[in-house]
Amino acid sequence: MPELLITRAGPLTTVQDHGRHGTAHLGVPRAGALDHPAYLAANRLVGNAPGAAVLETTLGGVAVTATGTPLLVAVTGAPARITVNGQPAAWGAPVFLPAGATLDVGPADAGVRSYLAVAGGLVPPPVLGSRSADLLARLGPPPLRDGDRLPVGTTHGPPAAELVPLPAMPTELVLRLLPGPRADWLLPGSLVALARARYRVATASNRIALRTEGPALIRARHAELESEGMVLGAVQVPPDGQPVVFLADHPTTGGYPVIGVVPEADLPAAAQARPGTPVRFIPTAG
Amino acid sequence: MGEHALLLEVDDPEQVGALYAQLLAARADGTLGGGPTEIVPAARTVLLDGVPQPAALTDLLAGWSVAATAPADGPLVELPTVYDGADLADVAAHWGVSAADAVRLHSAIEYRVAFCGFAPGFGYLTGLPPERAVPRRATPRPSVPAGSVAVAGRYTGVYPSASPGGWQLLGRTGARLWDTAREPAALLAPGTRVRFVPVAGSADA
Repeated sequence: MPELLITRAGPLTTVQDHGRHGTAHLGVPRAGALDHPAYLAANRLVGNAPGAAVLETTLGGVAVTATGTPLLVAVTGAPARITVNGQPAAWGAPVFLPAGATLDVGPADAGVRSYLAVAGGLVPPPVLGSRSADLLARLGPPPLRDGDRLPVGTTHGPPAAELVPLPAMPTELVLRLLPGPRADWLLPGSLVALARARYRVATASNRIALRTEGPALIRARHAELESEGMVLGAVQVPPDGQPVVFLADHPTTGGYPVIGVVPEADLPAAAQARPGTPVRFIPTAG
Repeated sequence: MGEHALLLEVDDPEQVGALYAQLLAARADGTLGGGPTEIVPAARTVLLDGVPQPAALTDLLAGWSVAATAPADGPLVELPTVYDGADLADVAAHWGVSAADAVRLHSAIEYRVAFCGFAPGFGYLTGLPPERAVPRRATPRPSVPAGSVAVAGRYTGVYPSASPGGWQLLGRTGARLWDTAREPAALLAPGTRVRFVPVAGSADA
């Protein structure tokens, strides 16, 4: 079976696919690629089925070597300098990687996460129906390290001759906010205050949540909210009043009030917003 | 809640169990309208996520009444437990009984998994009467060993893997709570009934 050798793992590179579904009642998060459109585009470019597993990088890129057999690869998501054995190659296009050749995805020029798909898909053993690494529940393949080898599948179709638009990575993150179930646990007018204030993406952001910093929202009710189910995009307000937007590795239940929910369409941009990026929340009728 | 989710609220944890069972049955019958992908019971709520048409489902559920009767019985899991936990004496003192009586009290109850969370396979077990509720430890332990049987509030739980934790430790079981090489991976799922069977010495299942 063909293999991908990880020659430079970068700051955080994980295997991701469409995630785990139907397991939240067991306490198992969904996981999966954070920038879903970029993930799907990478798979299309190399002729993979939509659910195939890819690499998701974080800021610093990754370098991989085709061992034994040539591989067809493609990189999407955060734009970065791409080279094959030191020669420039195209971002957002199928790239042929001869046996023994090394593809280097440099640090992201903008955005955070690039997606590297390989024709045939990455096929480490699935866990509960998915090959995604889950950094909260610690399921699936652990974050990659230099020297790791990943098996590559053989099932794929023809590569797509598609022009993937170079994404404009957000200089300001605008997140719509649908009504949440516990807005009444915060002071009246908190939604208005949230919409008026400027927040920034906090450095503590990760695959579990986009954390923001700005004016603190203040609780009206101080009783303990009993744990309840959480959804992707839920905006929780912890005791420090700084809104937290749940991303793919979010816990399945939680006990902080949810003031609103960011619709899924706005989350790919959240996945690409760097720490310090200004954030605006726009309350929207559900 | 958001585009594709509904959060249903009921009066108490017992109704959660009944509503969860009703929802699972309705989804199996196909009467919930092509979804939801996730049905997540919790303390006083059931979350429905992956609902194609939340408004239509809201209308359908408005006609429901939550069964007053107990939910259908799930499978019974017996967990051989060595009651030698670091907090057993404290919990017994809180209950005003001897350690031996605390073990008898705790192991005499048939528990039910109300919901899971915190970590894969961690079940929140109801059954402890309200007067036996115990506070969490003031300072959580940095590492609680896998298999630890613990109580907090009205809940009993078993840590599936070593993790930080603030629950009061009563003992340990050798049962594997979570094993992704097994089907199902989680020994305890919502609705599962649980008994703790006191054993001496080794807690290997």
